[in-house]
Amino acid sequence: MKNTISHRVADFLKDYPPFNFMHQKDLEKLSEQISIVYKDKDAVIFAENDKTHDSFYVVHKGAIALKKSSKNNVLDMCDEGDIFGLRPLLAQENYIMEAVAHEESILYAIPIAVFKPYALENRNVGNFLIESYASNTRNPYSDIHKDKLYGDDLGNDNLHSTKDSFDLQPIKYSKKIVTCSPSTTARDIAKIMNKKKVGAILIVDEMLPIGIITDKDLRNKIVTGDYSILTTAETIMTKPVVTYPKKMTVTEAQMAMMKSNINYLCLTKDGTVNTKAVGILSKHDVMVALGNNPAVLIKALKRAKKAKEIKPIRARIMQLLQGYLDQNIPMTLISKIITELNEACTTRVIEICIEKMSSPPPVKFAWLALGSQGRSEQMLHTDQDNAIVYENVSEVFRDETKVYFLKFAALVNKGLFDIGYDYCPAEMMASNPKWCLSLDEWKTQVHHWITNPGKNEVLLSFIFFDYSVTYGDTEITNELSEFIFENVKANPIFYVHLVSGALQSPSPTGFFRQFLVEQDGANKDNFDIKRRALMPLTDAARVLILSHSVKSISNTAERFEKLAELEPNNRELYLSCSYSFKALLKFRTKQGLLHNDSGQFIALESLSKMEKIKLKRTFKTIKELQELISVRFNVSNVV
Amino acid sequence: MSLFNFWKKEDNLFDENISIEETRFVVLDTETTGFDYDNDRILCIGALVLQNNMISIQDSFEVYIQQDHYDKSTAQIHGILKDFVLKRPNELEALQQFLTFLGDSIIIAHHTIFDITMINKALERNDLPALTNKTLDTAHLYKKTLIKSHLFERKDHYTLDDLADKFDISKKDRHTALGDAYITAIAFLKIVKKLKEKKEINLNQIFK
Repeated sequence: MKNTISHRVADFLKDYPPFNFMHQKDLEKLSEQISIVYKDKDAVIFAENDKTHDSFYVVHKGAIALKKSSKNNVLDMCDEGDIFGLRPLLAQENYIMEAVAHEESILYAIPIAVFKPYALENRNVGNFLIESYASNTRNPYSDIHKDKLYGDDLGNDNLHSTKDSFDLQPIKYSKKIVTCSPSTTARDIAKIMNKKKVGAILIVDEMLPIGIITDKDLRNKIVTGDYSILTTAETIMTKPVVTYPKKMTVTEAQMAMMKSNINYLCLTKDGTVNTKAVGILSKHDVMVALGNNPAVLIKALKRAKKAKEIKPIRARIMQLLQGYLDQNIPMTLISKIITELNEACTTRVIEICIEKMSSPPPVKFAWLALGSQGRSEQMLHTDQDNAIVYENVSEVFRDETKVYFLKFAALVNKGLFDIGYDYCPAEMMASNPKWCLSLDEWKTQVHHWITNPGKNEVLLSFIFFDYSVTYGDTEITNELSEFIFENVKANPIFYVHLVSGALQSPSPTGFFRQFLVEQDGANKDNFDIKRRALMPLTDAARVLILSHSVKSISNTAERFEKLAELEPNNRELYLSCSYSFKALLKFRTKQGLLHNDSGQFIALESLSKMEKIKLKRTFKTIKELQELISVRFNVSNVV
Repeated sequence: MSLFNFWKKEDNLFDENISIEETRFVVLDTETTGFDYDNDRILCIGALVLQNNMISIQDSFEVYIQQDHYDKSTAQIHGILKDFVLKRPNELEALQQFLTFLGDSIIIAHHTIFDITMINKALERNDLPALTNKTLDTAHLYKKTLIKSHLFERKDHYTLDDLADKFDISKKDRHTALGDAYITAIAFLKIVKKLKEKKEINLNQIFK
């Protein structure tokens, strides 16, 4: 039956191959037969050796990982518009791979019996299917060529086997080719290259590529004085052009450049010089695709024009993080780099949103990251916690300004959601009118929390006081910080409440030193590392650092190091806290990467004996620290 | 049977062994000429079947009903013009088709009370008995996913737009009956997921 939903499905499919080759009418008819399937994260769509389904699948939302379970190797990641499970269409055998929802996903299941006639009738459709089927059963040889983060981590070969095969992805190349004729002069060529901001120009004769001139050619041949600047392209170009077909993987491109010792590849329709050039691939493109260093990722971020383009970059940041952890790089360094990159993502989203607004911000403002983001301890995808503070405005413009920033915040929150930060379930986001305030409004709010410290006020202060500026004006936030410190000083009773709040985190171990696990819910029998181990340390560090009126250190580990300096008699305990915190954070991060979640809940049976001992060691430190603060601030009087 | 078990039994509407996934849900939405239960009429009913986390497009229901009563002011919302409404099944035929489709499935809608009342009023006009199906309301269920805290105020009413935004569901077919039913269905799936994260749930619990 033709209806609203089938239209919706057809409208989605029409943008993706092979459906884009189909006639609108056929596509609409096909869409009427499709089923929409919802899969929770980690749900199995089909397992290896399963009997084939009578449908194949298109990813509408989310991502599906194709795995070989014997090696637990992710062979391919399908996202929006990708098709998978084509095997039954072409072969009468069971599935040879496993398909698992990498994140919550919505799939379109397309019945093969209905689809097959189109594939047989329409050559384009059929060819596409055969090609993508072939590429899904990739050559096992490619395993050897996994990219490494660093060239020198020999002896760690086994670590590479589980990484995503990013180097097998088709490479993205520049489709805007800059060309000129063989008779163009070197001077004109330099002008064109400068204007178009490219490092290479293609010399074409009747649409066919006959040579290439790069920056290097101009440097070596013209600037040296060997040739005049009026020399024609014909004379100084490098020929013949090294051409390749446009369907290249990252690894192939890399190898081609190495083989011919060149920095640019010309991609043509059929891969030979006898067909039209369709793109230019530079070494930079390959570098970006490999994404093996933070500088490249930052560069890629700066080039991103939409929030959607940032999502794959974030995936690469996670890959980088995994590599760092595998190589045992110190946690302090890892968290600095990763935080920096995550912040760069957020900043880019904010910049994109500012451009989207019809006018620039009416007054100065600052975008604040709260909670773990503010403390630079957030490595994985977690919820958003953020706020806006903007300059005070006169009464006349008050409403107008608020409306502007709320609208802006809604855009940024959506953008951050698009790149993988979930919405905060407690609405602690800048798009909430309560978290988007002028400086004076914030002062009133903070003053209220400090002078009326109930349970909620303390909790809110916990989240808010760890803010850091992600974007915007630091003068405003400095003034706000100043105000917070003065107020806290003037209200010593507030400490006591902060301390009792800090002591409320549940204990990590029970009476017999066994781990305490969750009793209920989806995480039943798992250990909550965030609430039971990380939070007690974070909360205690915050209270202690506030009592010393130390500003501008919000990272928990750094706070403990500062405390060790300030209180030499407790030095040992504080240093051990700092160490424990980093160890726990690393633990959580590794767990999170392993399961593609926030790493908050740990299945104890998955840990080795050694890991359990390490975890327990940190608990002793937590206990001692909690004793110290409860004695120092004399909490028993209040609680 | 102990007294304890007796009470427990009373409390549960469904067999514990039937999972949420296996249950046949009919997700529906109606477009109406207005919000007055007595004077306004149903223009269109859109409904789909949700079972095993799956929506089969073929197995969906969309009927535009022939109209006598027509209100210009709501046409701006749903875009159904009177001319377009002509040559459609009359109310009785449409209701009969709908009842066949519905069967004894559990009904899911957004602000269910409105749609159910509109349908029941129509049934009454045609001398048909009122619906006896069990119902669920995504507006109500969504509130359960939110953290109970004094830190922020929950709104009293969450619109379907709110849910679509929160769950990143395209609002392309907003204000067509079947389009809204689809958004409601996806929202329901996401809500169940959220609730499961908090606590293992079964069919009985989502009715509480």
